[in-house]
Amino acid sequence: MARVWKFGDSINTDDILPGKFAPFMVGADVFHRYAFAHFRPEFAAQVKPGDLLVGGRNWGLGSSREYAPKALKKLEVGGIIAQSYARIHYRNLLNLGIPAFESSIIPELLVDGEEVEFDLETGRITRLDGTILQLPAPPEFLREALKEGSILEYYKKYQKFPGES
Amino acid sequence: MTPQTMAEKILSKRGTKTVFAGELAVVEVDNVMIVDSIAESVIEILETELETLPKYPERVSIVIDHVAPASSVNVAKSHQAARAFAAKTGVKLFDVGRGICHQVLIEERLAFPGAIVLGSDSHSTTYGAVGAFGTGMGATDIAIAAASGKTWLRVPESVKVNLTGELVGDVSAKDIALEMIRVLTADGATYQSIEIHAGDRFSRGERMTLANLCVEAGAKAGMVVPGGEILSMYEVPDWVYPDLGAKYIKEITIDLSSLTPRMSVPSYVDNVETVASLRGKHVDQVFIGTCTNGRLEDLHVAAAILKGRRVAANTRLLVIPASSEVLEQAMADGSLLTIIQAGATLSTPGCGPCMGRHQGVLAPGEVCVSTSNRNFIGRMGDASAEIYLASPAVAAATAIMGSIALPEDLPYG
Repeated sequence: MARVWKFGDSINTDDILPGKFAPFMVGADVFHRYAFAHFRPEFAAQVKPGDLLVGGRNWGLGSSREYAPKALKKLEVGGIIAQSYARIHYRNLLNLGIPAFESSIIPELLVDGEEVEFDLETGRITRLDGTILQLPAPPEFLREALKEGSILEYYKKYQKFPGES
Repeated sequence: MTPQTMAEKILSKRGTKTVFAGELAVVEVDNVMIVDSIAESVIEILETELETLPKYPERVSIVIDHVAPASSVNVAKSHQAARAFAAKTGVKLFDVGRGICHQVLIEERLAFPGAIVLGSDSHSTTYGAVGAFGTGMGATDIAIAAASGKTWLRVPESVKVNLTGELVGDVSAKDIALEMIRVLTADGATYQSIEIHAGDRFSRGERMTLANLCVEAGAKAGMVVPGGEILSMYEVPDWVYPDLGAKYIKEITIDLSSLTPRMSVPSYVDNVETVASLRGKHVDQVFIGTCTNGRLEDLHVAAAILKGRRVAANTRLLVIPASSEVLEQAMADGSLLTIIQAGATLSTPGCGPCMGRHQGVLAPGEVCVSTSNRNFIGRMGDASAEIYLASPAVAAATAIMGSIALPEDLPYG
């Protein structure tokens, strides 16, 4: 089971990982313990591998810091579902291979703290009452990249970008 | 030929084919800029994941600016690693004190009209001030670009911003940018390029302020159509200019003659109010500096207001020039002396306390008026501190009064 951690609109990268806790400030082995340190101090200690983060509009605005999503990866977050993403952050999620889904409706429906079954392959969320929420499939370009795990893995394998002729 | 926006023209010219908004472009990159805070990550991805070194070392720059000089052993070690990598590979290194990455790349002419510059810092939109396509990316994108000499981009739609009329009084490029963000909102230009039509107005430095803040509306790039001072400083190829009849996703017009000083109030940049409506709020710290407003013209504005006056008793004023060049010029022309005589504290050219790491971090409940670009919760220190973003003129007046003020509020000095 995955726990839903629900956040609102405009979660910025200073919320996800405050600049003063960057790996080069506190150490690359411990920085992830400061994820959401200001915004939701209990998060880093309580999040479990596979948990889902759910956000509103403009998830990840602000600083380009890749170590913000990297902290979430180190905490083994199972995926992010938001109504929309800021672009640098979205690229960072793809590069790190963190599943990121865009949906206007599903973030409204999910409730903070609820436990769901999440199937990454099919993008299917099964709630405790048995209802199923279907996440939209990512665009072709991304599906190609995600088959290899991330854009970085794709580039390593093919020495070109997905969609590049 | 179908008319193209500035972004479409640059990405077409620098890629392999003519492209329009929505298409994927793979383009050659003129400069890949790496800042100290992520240098170790980029080096690690290059060396252990991609098992390679920069393809064109002369097109890669490392700037030690985010925490410079080092504030701790951890930071010092990351600077050490960056220096060793630069020595080994021959990439350009701009070490402690040279200044903030975006200021340095423009001073060094590594960003120029028509160039494609990727920076490991979101404010890389700044390069649009000189007609470059500048955009921010994270460590992995930056490492792949250094390894391959190219990057992939979805060609952005463009938002056209028309500026009409002329500024009056103490209103500045910062106020225009904040007004633009208020109108567009923080995600109003996500995945898009902002194309600012300013005619021959504004210095290169003022254009940098405009382009810098475009990312705060979510933009991938922010470009000011070359004109005025830019034309005397650079050769601008014809293919940099947008075509008449290009298609824009949105168009807004800002009348400069009716614009008044603006301020972003906690805790989002698009929470923009008039300074007049916020007058009188006590301020503990005023910070003049950053890639947004730490340039010579900004220090001149501050010096003119601070001249013959003293910073208020319960307020501290921090001033950090954006680069060593700015520092030297401000020393030579006396504006820095005026600023110091008013009671300001000076720090090393660099990012300073903008992201809450050193040189002026805020205590619980403190209020800061800053010329920087973000006022998010906890950005400059404690999560309960408040950050108000404003122009250098408003910041200087606020430092004298000890509370949010306009230059016109000051008694004669």
